[in-house]
Amino acid sequence: MKLDEIVQALQLTALVPATVPSVEVSGGYASDLLSNAMGQAAPGQIWVTMQGHPNVAAVASLLNLAGVIIAGGASVAPETAQKAQANGVALFTTRLPAYEVCGRLYALGVGKP
Amino acid sequence: MAEIKALKLAFDVPGANFDRAGEASAKLKRTLQQVGVPAEVIRRVAIGSYEGEINLIIHAGGGQLQAEIYPDHTRVIVSDQGPGIPDVKEAMQEGYSTASEEARAMGFGAGMGLPNMYNCADAFEIQSKVGWGTIITMDFKHQDR
Repeated sequence: MKLDEIVQALQLTALVPATVPSVEVSGGYASDLLSNAMGQAAPGQIWVTMQGHPNVAAVASLLNLAGVIIAGGASVAPETAQKAQANGVALFTTRLPAYEVCGRLYALGVGKP
Repeated sequence: MAEIKALKLAFDVPGANFDRAGEASAKLKRTLQQVGVPAEVIRRVAIGSYEGEINLIIHAGGGQLQAEIYPDHTRVIVSDQGPGIPDVKEAMQEGYSTASEEARAMGFGAGMGLPNMYNCADAFEIQSKVGWGTIITMDFKHQDR
């Protein structure tokens, strides 16, 4: 599924829009532990987290993730958006709880084997 | 025989500054992309160097991240003159951590940093002594796993 289709379907708010909105999302990963995401998330995936600090952008950029969804209305530091922008990381927020974001993504076919 | 020269990079990583974490790894990643290292290898180098940076920030009061890029492999050296690790075997266990509450609240300090470094590298060595500091050396072959 393409990133812009996901943004549309889940009505995500784009803090930093995707450089290539039509990029294909290869799957998803959910974790609030940065080292866990660092070790397990794969390139092209979308990452669902409640963490809103700038290191989220650093991890997403180093892993070449398709984007990050900060769920549950969690607060996002202004530096996070700046870092995401500078590193070409697509960054979205939603008030939907992380569980529901993951469920909806999976129902849309993201990450289904 | 001609000596094989490495492209060497060195970055100072300031301690206790989470906001700048990942900057050295990002620069290293860009350099590896420029010299044409395979993307899968770059991803593993990025994991190792980022975890190294985070450890310097959380535990060591800062230190140095160095990289030596050879034609067939990249070596990453993470060094500090911090407190050192009393029991390296214990520290290498997944889930073991001595990180501060501040670090944990940010999603670090789950005891995955050293295991991540070990797993992503083709060779991993750690030297540490209390009161002396820590040196971690990771080698990454320029070929997909």
